[in-house]
Amino acid sequence: MNGVDTGDTAWMLVATALVLLMTPALGLFYAGLVRSKNTLNTFMMSIAAIAVATVTWAAVGYSLAFDGDGAIIGGLGNAFMSGVDFAPREGTTIPELVFFAFQATFCIITTALISGAVVERMRFGPFLVFAALWSIVVYAVLAHWAFGGGWLISGGTLDFAGGVPVEMASGFSALAAALVVGARKDYGRQALLPHNAVYVLLGAGLLWFGWFGFNGGSGFSTGEGSVLAFTNTLLCPAATLVVWFALDLFRGRKVTAIGAATAIIVGCVLITPAGGYVSPGWAMLLGALGAFPSYGIIVWRTRTRVDETLDVLAAHGTAGLIGILFIGFFAQESWNGVSDGLLYGNAEQLFDQVLAVLAAPAYAFVMTFLLLKLVGAVMPLRATDKEEAGGMDVTQHGEEAYVTGEGAILLLPDDHDKVAVPVADPG
Amino acid sequence: MKLVIGIVRPEQANQVLEALHRAEVRGFSMSRVQGHGGEMDRVETYRGTTVQMGLSEKVRFEVAVSDNFVDRTVEALCEGGRTGEVGDGKIFVLPLDHAVRIRTGDSDEGAVTPVSK
Repeated sequence: MNGVDTGDTAWMLVATALVLLMTPALGLFYAGLVRSKNTLNTFMMSIAAIAVATVTWAAVGYSLAFDGDGAIIGGLGNAFMSGVDFAPREGTTIPELVFFAFQATFCIITTALISGAVVERMRFGPFLVFAALWSIVVYAVLAHWAFGGGWLISGGTLDFAGGVPVEMASGFSALAAALVVGARKDYGRQALLPHNAVYVLLGAGLLWFGWFGFNGGSGFSTGEGSVLAFTNTLLCPAATLVVWFALDLFRGRKVTAIGAATAIIVGCVLITPAGGYVSPGWAMLLGALGAFPSYGIIVWRTRTRVDETLDVLAAHGTAGLIGILFIGFFAQESWNGVSDGLLYGNAEQLFDQVLAVLAAPAYAFVMTFLLLKLVGAVMPLRATDKEEAGGMDVTQHGEEAYVTGEGAILLLPDDHDKVAVPVADPG
Repeated sequence: MKLVIGIVRPEQANQVLEALHRAEVRGFSMSRVQGHGGEMDRVETYRGTTVQMGLSEKVRFEVAVSDNFVDRTVEALCEGGRTGEVGDGKIFVLPLDHAVRIRTGDSDEGAVTPVSK
């Protein structure tokens, strides 16, 4: 096909699969952070995002984000994937089908990220409804602003791989979701500890692996921007890890494993917006400096009544915001071929970046708050206290993560209509 | 001397610990057990295989106490463990013949009375 580059397309096919892997990886990461009785429900919220956000993306999300260059929102010309075929996407050398799939994986992971704020108490059904609405009303709109020709990108705001629609959107939406859904019933009264730190580390490792596709694919080619972002995705999180170790040592005299897993996520988020715009050296500085605000917010948040359970605001919202701002200071035209930051004499770039960190969090927070109030008016968002105590795995899915099979009685097909009776009261 | 055994819901274990602490009962052990006490069975499905789970996770507290501590231990277990639903558990009080504190060799009442150091 004319205008399609085989090398670029080959890389983007792989990058798309890498980004899709991030969502089950996130599920594993989140599942390890909750109590064992909520393992499956937590994991399932990420799987549910793949189901729901892919369908909404194909129906209208992609079109609203990437059709045309309206200031606020795209058109419906590509609704139901109309016109999405083998011809190259405008401005790229890859078929629009690949571009569509790559962008779909971004919508999926972002929708899954918000679940971290509401795990262990939000009912599964309302979460599905919320995820469907959010992926259109919040994600598609912010993706249009930052990627699809909306007012931020056309005004000059630089966001390489999604500081605006992915990281700040999920982080500030998570805060709103935590406020609307409310704290877990045991929050602040009992120690609610991660049940499997190995899942957390493995999930973080797989996320980092997938992030090479996320950032490395966001140049839509094998060109210089992609290559720079790819290597920065190695450098920046490594610097965050080193600083996080030091902060852990300073505060608790020990380097923690769950802290390390968190640092990997924070580092990857920090470099997401800036990946293709800053030099490798500045990427490492970003990783090192960016550790401080996220670390501070995690320490502070756990002392509040806000049960933003898995710290999406600290890891994604805050780090994404820092990454977006960092571009305004340290972007270097000699590396990115696009624009300089304040440090290289272009103060206007910083202004464009500040606009994004004011507008995107405000939009995401307000819309998520309203969406959840709306869903909550139609159906209860929360499980009852009794269901929450028994665990979301059994009450929402009728399964357990660590089932032993002891005491399990096989029900044959014709037993299904029998009603379970208490053994003590068989009459 | 009595051995008080309390079998409670795992989600109530923290409340029981708090109640025991308030009752100044200091020495006990707890273990995870599986049991059935007349509650409604859970029906679960795994890839088309539907099973009725006859056993539920429970937590078993064992508290060895001198006679004048028995009542408050039982009260603490009741208070912490009760939700009002079937499946809250049971408390058993058994006579205890002999007890030894390994560290000091103290026996009987001396062994089950908490020391402050």
